[in-house]
Amino acid sequence: MLAFMIRRVFQSVIVMFVVALISFLLFRFVGDPVNQMVGIETTPEQRDALRVQLGLNDPVLTQFWRFIMGAVQLDFGTSYQFKQSVAAMIGKRAPATLELSLISAVFATVVGIPMGVYTGLKRDSWLSKMFLTVSLVGISLPTFLIGILFIFVFAVQFQVLPSFGRGEVVDLGYWNTGLLTASGLKALILPSITLGLFQMTLIMRLVRSEMLEVMRTDYIKFARARGLTRRAVNFGHALKNTLVPVITITGLQLGSVIAFAIITETVFSWPGMGLLFLNSVQNVDIPIMAAYLMLIGFLFVTINLIVDLLYVAVDPRIRVTGVEL
Amino acid sequence: MSEPLLQVRNLIIEFPTRKELLRAVDEISFDIKAGEILGVVGESGAGKSLTGAAIIGLLEPPGRIAGGEIIFDGQRIDNLEHADIQKLRGKRIAMIFQDPLTSLNPLYRVGEQLIETIQTHLPLNNTHARKRAIELLDEVGIPAPETRIDGYPHQFSGGMRQRVVIALALAAEPDLIIADEPTTALDVSVQAQIISLLKTLCRDRGTAVMLITHDMGVIAETADRVAVLYAGQIAEIGNTRDLIKSPKHPYTNGLMSSIPSMESVEDRLVQIPGSMPRLNAIPDGCSFHPRCSKAFTPCTKSRAPLIDVGDARAACWLYGAEVDNG
Repeated sequence: MLAFMIRRVFQSVIVMFVVALISFLLFRFVGDPVNQMVGIETTPEQRDALRVQLGLNDPVLTQFWRFIMGAVQLDFGTSYQFKQSVAAMIGKRAPATLELSLISAVFATVVGIPMGVYTGLKRDSWLSKMFLTVSLVGISLPTFLIGILFIFVFAVQFQVLPSFGRGEVVDLGYWNTGLLTASGLKALILPSITLGLFQMTLIMRLVRSEMLEVMRTDYIKFARARGLTRRAVNFGHALKNTLVPVITITGLQLGSVIAFAIITETVFSWPGMGLLFLNSVQNVDIPIMAAYLMLIGFLFVTINLIVDLLYVAVDPRIRVTGVEL
Repeated sequence: MSEPLLQVRNLIIEFPTRKELLRAVDEISFDIKAGEILGVVGESGAGKSLTGAAIIGLLEPPGRIAGGEIIFDGQRIDNLEHADIQKLRGKRIAMIFQDPLTSLNPLYRVGEQLIETIQTHLPLNNTHARKRAIELLDEVGIPAPETRIDGYPHQFSGGMRQRVVIALALAAEPDLIIADEPTTALDVSVQAQIISLLKTLCRDRGTAVMLITHDMGVIAETADRVAVLYAGQIAEIGNTRDLIKSPKHPYTNGLMSSIPSMESVEDRLVQIPGSMPRLNAIPDGCSFHPRCSKAFTPCTKSRAPLIDVGDARAACWLYGAEVDNG
């Protein structure tokens, strides 16, 4: 078990190293950052001075090493555009995105799994058929359209929920949260549903098909033949066996939710990393892009690591043969 | 004489399909006495497993009981509500399935599954249930049950898993075990062990067994009586010894002569021509008559009821005359 974890962590470090390499190479391919930073009237001498100051004349390997060492200490340099520390800028905005993503992931699983179980067990009930039809809508409508639709219905027509922003936030030092105020919670509803709807329908359909599969297996038949209650069979034996694929998809989707929160953040003017990232793309602000890439890479790797550990917790067969994973 | 433990009367199981209604089990009747082992043999698709599943109320939809009754210990059980049949399952009627590799939930320890089953049926606390689980594992011949109880199914071999399955079936001391091909998926060397284990345990407890198999060897070793199924009907039912020595129904006869014998040396085994009809093409009259070497006019006209032939009963017009004369 320990060996398995160490191996996984080691692999994660390698992945992060590759991500860092790609982030770093961004700098080299997008031209001279000095041109982005200075005005037209800057003299060549001033440019050279800046170049030396930024360390751009050093050998590539030295620069890469500096980038890595900086990244390890969460120092991603200075934004070309804002002349501020990138880490501080992202740190200020990350809580908004992470809260939004987490809440929508929770929404997707907490609603998606029971719906999946229900539609899997009661295949022919009209409610199941309705869930499935509605889920088609969730899968096929693009996120921004759903967001705009929600704004139109709940913010414009009924005026019950805010259409933009985070509401009031409470500053907890390193973290500012909207979860502690009524307006903050209200502001979370529409964006998190918008963001999580696709994931919810995906999880629901996945759980449903896995349940249908599992209910046909011999051990479910045998569990019923042993006289176990319907509840014990459905939730104790069947649902647990559907969890491995569900954990995989949920984990991967959580990563995507964070990465693709950009669209939802744009629709709801959510002050998260997505808006910052879009801004930095428009202005070729490479340090921000690189840091964002590193952060998303790190989140993906961490989530995958957690997913792997969850597998081990759920499925004993992986536990024993863990080395082969 | 007391009432049989299980009475199956004119059981009909049907499968509605888009085109037609398929009758997979057609008016089967038999009894199982307390403590008796009834072997049920037949080819694939003869309706053996369906009959077993119907008794314990686990027919897979769209299959359904379309007629007849199942009476267990004086109570009709084929029309029970889900909650009531669930109380019988495991507690009074248990079932063992064909494949021990897939019968156990891979995510739970063997002990967890045993304790869960025991506590579902018996009012025991965790300590006592665990003690009982260890006893059961010991009884079914699992070495070092105190440590093996915490193993996961994948850590057991096929034969050991089937022992665990038997322990699970016996957990609440049921009166009847339906064993659906309990040894088919096992090595030949392990088959005999499992069969003798099942036999001994049931003899000791007075548990009746409905042993579903296509292996006449297993039947010969184990069963008190045998029912031979063909195309959803009972072709012949009688004492194991008589049925093997002097089969009455031509189908049983064909089955017996297709088994190689140790005593006589034959070049070729006798083979029944053709194959069992598909459910949507069961011939009129006796369903066996197109393959039967002894078929005569009545066979094409109508189906023979089960006719007493000595101690046995066979559904064959060959014995019809005796009834007429008597």
